[in-house]
Amino acid sequence: MVQETVHPLSKYLREAMIPHIWCTGCGNGVILNCFVQAVDELEMDLDKLVVVSGIGCIGRAAGYTNADSFHTTHGRSLAFATGAKLANPELNVVVISGDGDLFAIGGNHFIHAARRNIGVKVICANNFNYGMTGGQQGPTTPLEASTTTTPYGNIEHPFNLVHLAAASGATYVARWTTLHVRRLTQSIKRMLQKEGFCFIEVISPCPEIFGRRNKMRTGLEMMDWFKRASVVENFSDPSKAEISTEKLIVGEFVNTEKVSYEKFLHEKISQINEKRVGW
Amino acid sequence: MPERMRHVPLDMEKAKRPEAEIHIIKDQCKGCGFCIKFCPQKVLEESQEINARGVHPPKIVDESKCVICGFCTAVCPDFAIFVVEKLSKEEIKK
Repeated sequence: MVQETVHPLSKYLREAMIPHIWCTGCGNGVILNCFVQAVDELEMDLDKLVVVSGIGCIGRAAGYTNADSFHTTHGRSLAFATGAKLANPELNVVVISGDGDLFAIGGNHFIHAARRNIGVKVICANNFNYGMTGGQQGPTTPLEASTTTTPYGNIEHPFNLVHLAAASGATYVARWTTLHVRRLTQSIKRMLQKEGFCFIEVISPCPEIFGRRNKMRTGLEMMDWFKRASVVENFSDPSKAEISTEKLIVGEFVNTEKVSYEKFLHEKISQINEKRVGW
Repeated sequence: MPERMRHVPLDMEKAKRPEAEIHIIKDQCKGCGFCIKFCPQKVLEESQEINARGVHPPKIVDESKCVICGFCTAVCPDFAIFVVEKLSKEEIKK
């Protein structure tokens, strides 16, 4: 064995910020690893890559990547990303954020960004609760799950994120877990090459906050659940993509082409300017 | 011997299995155990030593069993392990 201190992907990370603060067994590091791996395989220009994140544990991912990045206020990551993409359509804008940020406080931003088909790529880390603030029940907490604010079991129906994204008009929708690292990397690569609004939900283990109240004390036990329960069903109906202890449906659900909003916008502006010259 | 084993590829003599070189950055490890648990060849196991973060980093049991699938590299949340192909002396000279 050889002791080596330079990881091949470390050029995409900010040296001063690594090691990161995420807990042992957390899936956020895996998501960051897969994203950085996809960027490396595509040989993307880091000067044209913008990483935006919102509030939450995964929000620190923007600070860890060596691209131009911004850590926005709670729920406004898509609002900021929309502005960045419209101001300079050449940029690749990626939003890496959590379920609480994108779907609780930022839910309206998400559905309207998907409806307009803005060319922003969204990676959502779904850990089923508000991990950073102590494990409160959130919009993706499964029924009967125990959290700090639902100690007798959750009685609210959760969001089906892939169905919401597909119904809002996203051109690429996929769901993977942090165990599907290869498929997740491939999916991120495919997403980064597309034009319109793309969405990937990554089911991420949160053993310290969510898992230990639900009989999965370590990251390994949560990963075992993903291994046991996940079923790959590509291009199946996203409305039937359930998340339960017995079955976890993952895969690519939507992959279509649609003209993006920033293309329409800049075409419209040039049309109007041409008319003005003719006056 | 199973049927498929009797048919060998035509360039069997020329082809050789790549040798792996596993690099573990011990002080970055947080001891989640993903690489140990999900290695398809069971190359790694938990060591007895304690690193700077107070956890047991993985150690290599048998490096020759590694087939460089790269799963440990991809699944490590802390960028603490990576695998590369070991170059022979002739390739290093080139």
